[in-house]
Amino acid sequence: MPTSRITARFDKVKAEHRAALVAYLMGGDPDLETSFQCMCALRDNGADIIELGAPFTDPMADGPAIQRAGLRSLANHTKLIDVLALAARFRETDQDTPLILMGYANPVHSLGYVAFAEAAHAAGIDGTILVDLPPEEDQVLRDEYAKHDISVIRLATPTTHEARMAKVADGASGFIYFVAVTGVTGAGSADPQAIAGNVEMVRRVSGLPVCVGFGVKNGAQAVEMAKIADGVVVGSAFVEHAQSAHESGDYSEAPRGMGALAGELSAAMAAVAKA
Amino acid sequence: MDLRNTWDKWPDANGRFGEFGGRYVAETLMPLILDLEKEYRAAKLDPAFKAQMDDMWAHYVGRPSPLYFAERLTEHFGGAKIYFKRDELNHTGAHKINNCLGQVLLAMRMGKTRIIAETGAGQHGVATATICARFGLKCVVFMGETDVERQKPNVFRMRLLGAEIVPVSSGTGTLKDAMNEALRDWVTNVDDTFYCIGTAAGPHPYPEMVRDFQSIIGIEARQQILEREGRLPDAVMACIGGGSNAIGLFHPFINDEGVRLIGVEAAGHGIETGEHAAALNGGRPGILHGNRTYLLQTDDGQILDAHSISAGLDYPGIGPEHAFLRDTGRAEYLSCTDDEALAAFQLCTQLEGIIPALEPAHAIARIGDVIDGMHKDGLLIMNLCGRGDKDVFSVAKALGVEM
Repeated sequence: MPTSRITARFDKVKAEHRAALVAYLMGGDPDLETSFQCMCALRDNGADIIELGAPFTDPMADGPAIQRAGLRSLANHTKLIDVLALAARFRETDQDTPLILMGYANPVHSLGYVAFAEAAHAAGIDGTILVDLPPEEDQVLRDEYAKHDISVIRLATPTTHEARMAKVADGASGFIYFVAVTGVTGAGSADPQAIAGNVEMVRRVSGLPVCVGFGVKNGAQAVEMAKIADGVVVGSAFVEHAQSAHESGDYSEAPRGMGALAGELSAAMAAVAKA
Repeated sequence: MDLRNTWDKWPDANGRFGEFGGRYVAETLMPLILDLEKEYRAAKLDPAFKAQMDDMWAHYVGRPSPLYFAERLTEHFGGAKIYFKRDELNHTGAHKINNCLGQVLLAMRMGKTRIIAETGAGQHGVATATICARFGLKCVVFMGETDVERQKPNVFRMRLLGAEIVPVSSGTGTLKDAMNEALRDWVTNVDDTFYCIGTAAGPHPYPEMVRDFQSIIGIEARQQILEREGRLPDAVMACIGGGSNAIGLFHPFINDEGVRLIGVEAAGHGIETGEHAAALNGGRPGILHGNRTYLLQTDDGQILDAHSISAGLDYPGIGPEHAFLRDTGRAEYLSCTDDEALAAFQLCTQLEGIIPALEPAHAIARIGDVIDGMHKDGLLIMNLCGRGDKDVFSVAKALGVEM
C-alpha cells in the first residue's frame, strides 16, 4: 500500500528519535540515467524520502537553481511519463523508500487526471506535490488518488493562518510540506525559532508529520530545522550538484556530490535527539 | 445548461466561467487572492470608490472616448457601417490605463505601497507606472529581456515615470516569463505588494476584476451607438491577446444575444506553421498563471512560446472568460496573420488618418470578412484599443524601410 510507505517511514524515523531527511532532485537532470544513480546515492546515504521533480517550462514557485534544473531536463526532452518510468525503475529494487513526485499542474492535467493517477500508482509513486493545485482545485485528482492510495501532499506557508490551515489539511495525507519562507525555492533561509509556532500549528491542525523546506542548504541549518520539524526538505543544494555535473560533463559528479551532501545532512540530523 | 440571458452571471463563486478560470496558485498566494477578492467586492459596492474612478476617468484618462464613424473604411469595404471605439485616445494611448487605474486605487484602499506589474510591449507597464507616479507609489515592472531590447522607448518612458524595470532572463525572456517573475516577486513580498495584472487572466478574481474595469469601453459604446443610431450594433469586435480590451467591449453586450461578439487572435506566421499566438484557434485547455484556459502547449503539457509581430498579443494563453464564450458559442474567434495585420495597419492609416496599434490592426484586418455576411445597413463596432506610435519602428522594419 503506497500511502503506508510514507507512514511507515515516518514511524521508523520517529522510533529512531530523529527527523526525516527529504531529498529533492529534478528528474532528467542532467539526464535520466544520472537521475537514477542520484536517487540510489541519496537513498544509500541517508535520505529517508525522495522527492522527484517533474520539469515544467513555467515553474513560478521556483528560484533560479530549480528553474535551471527544469530547463536542463526539458532540453533532454524529458516528459512526465519519463519521470514516472524513472520512479518505476527505482521501485524495482526499492520497495521501502517513499517517492513523491513534485511539479506543476499542467503536465498532469495534460496527461489527464485519471491516466496520471493510474500511471503514478503503477510507477510506485506514493504522493504528489503539485505546487499550483491548491485544495480548491484538486478535488477531481484527489478522487482518483483515493482509488490508488496516492497521497495528496499539500503546502503550508507562513501566510497560512489557522483557519486556512484547516482547508489545507482537508484531504491531505502523508505529510505537510511547510515552506519556511515566503518566496521561491532556494531563497534566503528561515529562522527556525520564528517558524516554530507555525510548524506546531500545522502539525496540530493536520495531525500529519510536518516537513520543513525552502532555504536549507547545509548540516547546521538542517540540524536547527530538525529540532522543530518531523522532516527537513533539501532541494536546491542537491540540484546544484546536477548543475556542476552538467557543466563539467562528468555526470558521475552528480550522484557523488548528492550522496556526500546527503551523508553530511543525515549525520548532522541524527545527532539531534527527538522525543 | 440553459445559458440564455445569464451570460453576465459568471464567474461562479469559485471563480469559474464554466470549466475555465479558477485559482491555480501556490499556497503562499491563496490567502492573498482570497483577501483581494473580499476587498474587491467591498470596493465594487462603495460609492466613494466609484466616484473616485469616475473623476479620474473624466479628468485624467479622458473618458468617455469617442465612438467614431469610420466613413472611408466603410466605403472601402462597401457594406455595414463601421464604427471605431477610440480607446487609443486615452491617456498613455491604449485601453490598459482603464484597468491600471482601478487596480491601483484598490491597492491603495488595501494599504499596499508597492505595485508590481508584468509587461510585454510595455503598454501595461507604462500605464501602471503612470498611475503609480500620479499617486506616489513604488512601481516595479517585470519585462522579458528580449522585450526590453525591442521596446526601448517604452522602457525609457517607464523609467522617466519613476518605475524600476527588472529585465527577466529566465525562460525565453518574453511576456510569460515576466509574469512568472512577477508571481515570484509576489510570493516573496506578500505584505506590502499588490500585483497589477495587465489582462483578463490570472487567478480569480483577476479575470472578473479586469473585465469589470475594462467594461467602461462597452458601457460607453452601447450608450453611444444607441444615441447615434437608435439601436444596438449587429456585431462588436476586438483583437485578443489575453483579451482584456475585447472582454471590456463584449461584456456590456453579453446578454444582447442579437449582437455578435467577435475576437481576433494573432496568427503570427500562420496557425499551420506553429508560430502564432492563437490560443483558442491553435491551443487546448490547460493550467497556467493561475487559471484553466486555452493554452499553446506541447503534447506533454509544456508551454510553447507564442509568436506575433504585435508584442501585445504575444502570449500563449487567453483570459478564461473567452475560453468559456468560445466553447459555449456565444462569441466567435477569428485569427489574423502578421502580414494581414501590417496591411490593415497601413489601410487604416491611409483611409482614416488614424495610425492604429498593431494589436487592433489584427481586428481591422478581419472587418471585411465580418461584414461580408451582414446587411448593408448593419452596424459594426470595433475597439481601436491602442495607437500605433509605439509600433512605427517595428512596422518600418517589417516593410524594409530604413529609419
